[in-house]
Amino acid sequence: MPPLDALLLAASESNLLAARELMAFTLGFHIVLACLGVAFPAIILTAHWLGLKRGDEDALRLAQRWSKAMAVTFAVGAVSGTVLSFEFGLLWPRFMERFGDAFGIAFAIEGIFFFVEAIFLTIYIYGWKRLRGWAHFWSGVPMVITGIGGAFSVVTANAWMNQPQGFTLDAAGKVVETQPLEVLFNPAWHYEVPHMLLAAYMVAGFLVASVYAVGMLRGRRDRMHRLGLLIPLTIACIVTPVQIFVGDTAAREIADHQPAKFAAMECIQETGPNQTEYIGGICTDDGVKGAIPIPGLDSLLVGFSTDTVVTGLNDIPPDERPPANTLLHLSFDTMVGIGTALLGLGAWLAFVWWRRRDIPQTPWFLRAVAVSGAAAVVALWCGWIVTEVGRQPWIVQGHMRTEEAVTEAGGIWFAFAGIVLLYTALGAGLVLVLRAMSRRWREGEDVAETPYGPKSDEQG
Amino acid sequence: MGRRAMSKADACAAILWTGATLYAVFGGADFGGGLWDLIAGGAEKGERPRARIQRSLTPVWEANHVWLIFILVVLWTAFPEAFGALMSTLYVPLALAAVGIVLRGAGFAFRKSIESLPARRAMGAAFAISSVLTPFFMGAVVGAVADGSVPAEGNGDAFSTWLAPLPLLTGALFVATGAYLAAVFLVVDSRRDADEEMEGYFARRAIAAGLAAGALALAGIFVLHADANYAYDRLLDEGLPLVVLSALCGLGILVQLLRGARRGLRPLAIGAVVAVIWGWGVAQFPYLLPTSLTIGESAAPGPTLDSVLIVFGIAAIVVLPSLGLLYWLSQKELVGE
Repeated sequence: MPPLDALLLAASESNLLAARELMAFTLGFHIVLACLGVAFPAIILTAHWLGLKRGDEDALRLAQRWSKAMAVTFAVGAVSGTVLSFEFGLLWPRFMERFGDAFGIAFAIEGIFFFVEAIFLTIYIYGWKRLRGWAHFWSGVPMVITGIGGAFSVVTANAWMNQPQGFTLDAAGKVVETQPLEVLFNPAWHYEVPHMLLAAYMVAGFLVASVYAVGMLRGRRDRMHRLGLLIPLTIACIVTPVQIFVGDTAAREIADHQPAKFAAMECIQETGPNQTEYIGGICTDDGVKGAIPIPGLDSLLVGFSTDTVVTGLNDIPPDERPPANTLLHLSFDTMVGIGTALLGLGAWLAFVWWRRRDIPQTPWFLRAVAVSGAAAVVALWCGWIVTEVGRQPWIVQGHMRTEEAVTEAGGIWFAFAGIVLLYTALGAGLVLVLRAMSRRWREGEDVAETPYGPKSDEQG
Repeated sequence: MGRRAMSKADACAAILWTGATLYAVFGGADFGGGLWDLIAGGAEKGERPRARIQRSLTPVWEANHVWLIFILVVLWTAFPEAFGALMSTLYVPLALAAVGIVLRGAGFAFRKSIESLPARRAMGAAFAISSVLTPFFMGAVVGAVADGSVPAEGNGDAFSTWLAPLPLLTGALFVATGAYLAAVFLVVDSRRDADEEMEGYFARRAIAAGLAAGALALAGIFVLHADANYAYDRLLDEGLPLVVLSALCGLGILVQLLRGARRGLRPLAIGAVVAVIWGWGVAQFPYLLPTSLTIGESAAPGPTLDSVLIVFGIAAIVVLPSLGLLYWLSQKELVGE
């Protein structure tokens, strides 16, 4: 029955695409909030610490306001993260069934970190009225530690999908033995985890700073705005050079361990030494069109010598080549480009600060900071596109293809459409709520309730 | 556990059930708060009960929600085959529950942070309606499992597996149980704040919800019997002490509420629910998916189970005291808006 077979094949291909789009969309939404969950606490506690140390009311009020904003972003992040937990099973039941006993271990640990983070986040956020000074500050510290631990657990699970190890399969492909530590400390964890962790600090730092840059561009040049810009921006700018170093290491590791992904993201068609680095352009079977070529640079970056042999797509079996090479290539370039631009922004700030103990006075600096938040988010998304699309057609590199993992359930495109509507409303609601909060603060609504001041009225 | 020594897989199943119990009690009560919010009446009439519910829920709902993540993680790590079978069969109610979780959490968080009345109403409605639908779909999933409708190899029918008497009844039971727990907790919270009006308000609702939950549980036993379900025989045999315990707790609380006494309300309410959940566990033992997949058959390899046990040990040392601290602080009103 060829027609039926063809129909089933088409249906399963369509399911695969729908499931991948749905996963990508929901993950892309969640990851921005996850960055805030991981890194916002450290930014808030920095302001809190400055406030307590120097008796700085403005810094304390910033910490208090930010914690209120974080209460909302964390709530939305908690539910969008739960959706992802469901999706592992709903979209990829065959993957979880076969590899849950290995892949799941990291998540079991993540569960503890997330639990403790949720508990202390609540204590910290709702402790402003009645917990005092340093006791309150310390109640927030577990959020920072658990944020890092949680990021490690989730990202190491993803690292395992890229470089799986720590399990034994029987003839039927079923996992019969596991080595949990090998799973947790797989060969990709040591660059994926720091890369994402630093990305979280960059996204949170530039995002918060960009809000205050917009305010300053609108003429709100008070001290609160200056501090609100400087604290998160300084943290993000310190992290950026480290991130570029880690990212450079990550790219080399990928060249070594996931040559198909590397070849696709760099548009390398033929294996060989002296590979050209292409900046921008469109990938085709006959090479890159419309790119800026830099001869030899790619080999140099991979092995510190232009003689370094880099694997091209010609040495990857056709059915194991990643799709959408142009998307991968441009995503990679965009990520690197934004990272470099943000490094420049940090250098600008550092230079002017060194000379004048002040932020650069030109509006162009504020404009640059104002777009830095969105730029950091775009870089984050691009990085995940490279990681995830670049791993295709595998869900577990070398062991399970994504098409084998996908659900047979119908209606995934409808679910996708529904989720896009739901998350659009959710994102719009989140932005509206945060804007309304900031408007109320501008009108001085919370000035009456000075942090740790005389006990004000019981009314919240 | 008598004749058979408890295996690692059994221990992991017990951990799963412990997570489910804590989620049912604390998460369930938070959903129940949403139900009382939903039917509290217009903006003016419902203002006081809604404020009471919000005050009680705000500091704890997110921590309570994490038990759900815990359940999912333990299930997919320790019992991956059961997880795959469940997810590829009951994806309709599970997806609807996931959507409900998003609307519930976002609605609640947004409502507190906005001021315009129409927007608050819309957010409140999202929170309250999804607080009813989410536990209903979760209950339907549990009911379908207990009904023996989930095949071990997965891909069971997407609708007939849960659009059946027992799953639908279990869904309703979940809603009623959450409402009952919430009302009892709110009675105690109102009493602590010396708010007699709200105390009486929620006491009346606790009685109504308790009777509804009891009636649904009884009906469930009859449906089990009519289906000649595997779980029926075991429930009224090995599980009988737990059934009796649950009934006694339920009666005890009814007597206390009718007398206007407040002593032991929370432990009794929790006891009634815990006994039902463990009764369900005992009734379908040793199956994870009656009668197609046992705990042992679906268990992950030993080292993975060890990891789950270790993680749970750490959780018991780290998470439970932290949770205790949070509950203590919120009961002392040291955290709050």
